[in-house]
Amino acid sequence: MKSITVISGKGGTGKTILTASFAALAKSKVMADCDVDAADLHLILKPEIEREEVFEGGKAAWIDRDKCVKCGECTAACRYDAISDDFVIDPISCEGCALCYNVCPANAIEMKPSRQGRWYVSKTRFGPMVHAKLGIAEENSGKLVALVRQQAKLIAERDNLEYVIVDGPPGIGCPVISSITGTDLALVVTEPTVSGLHDLQRVIGLTNHFGIGSLVCVNKYDLNIRFTDQIESYCRSVGAEFVGRIPFDTIVTEAMVNGKAVVEYNEYGRVSEEIRRIWRQVDSRAKRI
Amino acid sequence: MIISIASGKGGTGKTTVATNLALSIGKCQLLDCDVEEPNAHIFLKLQMMESRSVGLPVPQVDLEKCTYCGKCAEVCQFSAIAVIKKNVLTFPELCHGCGACSLLCPADAIKEVDRKIGTLEIGQSDGIRFIHGILEISEAMSPPLIRAVKEAAHNNGTTIVDVPPGTSCPVIEAVRGSDFCLLVTEPTPFGLNDLILAVEMLRILKIPFGVAINRSDVGDDKVDDYCHREDIPILMKIPMDRDLAVAYSNGIPLVVAKPEWKAKFMELFDAIDRMV
Repeated sequence: MKSITVISGKGGTGKTILTASFAALAKSKVMADCDVDAADLHLILKPEIEREEVFEGGKAAWIDRDKCVKCGECTAACRYDAISDDFVIDPISCEGCALCYNVCPANAIEMKPSRQGRWYVSKTRFGPMVHAKLGIAEENSGKLVALVRQQAKLIAERDNLEYVIVDGPPGIGCPVISSITGTDLALVVTEPTVSGLHDLQRVIGLTNHFGIGSLVCVNKYDLNIRFTDQIESYCRSVGAEFVGRIPFDTIVTEAMVNGKAVVEYNEYGRVSEEIRRIWRQVDSRAKRI
Repeated sequence: MIISIASGKGGTGKTTVATNLALSIGKCQLLDCDVEEPNAHIFLKLQMMESRSVGLPVPQVDLEKCTYCGKCAEVCQFSAIAVIKKNVLTFPELCHGCGACSLLCPADAIKEVDRKIGTLEIGQSDGIRFIHGILEISEAMSPPLIRAVKEAAHNNGTTIVDVPPGTSCPVIEAVRGSDFCLLVTEPTPFGLNDLILAVEMLRILKIPFGVAINRSDVGDDKVDDYCHREDIPILMKIPMDRDLAVAYSNGIPLVVAKPEWKAKFMELFDAIDRMV
């Protein structure tokens, strides 16, 4: 079993579009949507939920107003400005550090589990999928990402599947680090823009830091061929394998509007041809690990 | 007035709207709070004036004073400190900097030292005061750096905040305290799905908001329908334009490539100003 994570640094470069097509192309796999903040893969894969679980990632402090003596110890100690002057805790600001609970001389503070999301195991037309929904305005997405990734891996092991295909979040912070932890290969989708190249360099810095092999492809490459060439030579200079150039084509949005992966909606189009070529390279590289 | 530019979905055009709005207004502050992948500086001719390191306080244990009582490990909610027999292990990358271990240590054996999580830079460009944060690569914790960017801002005049994508902690840290939030989306199923998440978040935070639709002539009408149904004002539409996409790819702002857009961004600003 091999795990492949699709990431990008910059948002909106086409991670989910590519992941959905890989889901259609890979023969034996489980999908994991690790962009739990703004999950979109379900819009294409249309999962039928078979198992639903609550995710409790942490605790938040709560003040019992009957016991509170309004001494102000908690407000003085809290570094997150989470406690108001009239001793009410804002659950959105609360980091769950429990310092207030520990310093309260009146034992008026309780740490209560906060419900921070749900995760699901579902059936799709391409195979099993693990996905999640983070509670609105909640934190701890890194832990939920780790949970989704681990559950997908368990399914792959149980059913003896060849691949875990992970749709990752944008950025390079906590949820991204969590989604690439333990992955065998990262596929970075970028775009031929100054921002795309800038963000690619940071995300490659991240995969290199964790010793994860990276493949890179450029989406909408013909928007700026000069930058696409620059990205390809950058990849060569840092030892990342450059695996493809996907042309700009309105068929991609059309497929999305119709709830289909590009390779199913327009099987023989130029975008689908290139995505298949990229998948073959991902597949062959993964098999060599 | 603080106007934040957010989106839910990545790559919808937050930075495009934030930088062009700032360039059109002229005299204002622009904060790039997407510290994981900051891009706003690419579109401005900046003169950087200040650069400083931003840290998070993490524990340093004085083993001479330590009695190995285990209190620090017991109170730490993030498993960032462990006491094993006659040794104390710290895991600085897990530490949230809450100060519980040092404050509650009965032997006063823990002091806090700064661990660098990123760099803060302040610059200027044609009347715009610009601040951004650059998160260290492999650093997971972006909210404290976002907080530092916001704390470096002046409290007067107009401030535009470029927010990272998503709807969780870094986004909340970036949008809180805003007088208005503009959500940039695109008329596709992904754009709509993530717009709805962002709207739910802003309703919880009680921040007034409106929508800008980028590449407004691709996809379908469902974002328009949703906004009308929910009574959300659509304050701007930017059509798909290959020339604009190419200008963007080269780091050229929209109002420089097509100066007629400056008036439209001023109208956007006036519309927001009237709503706040």
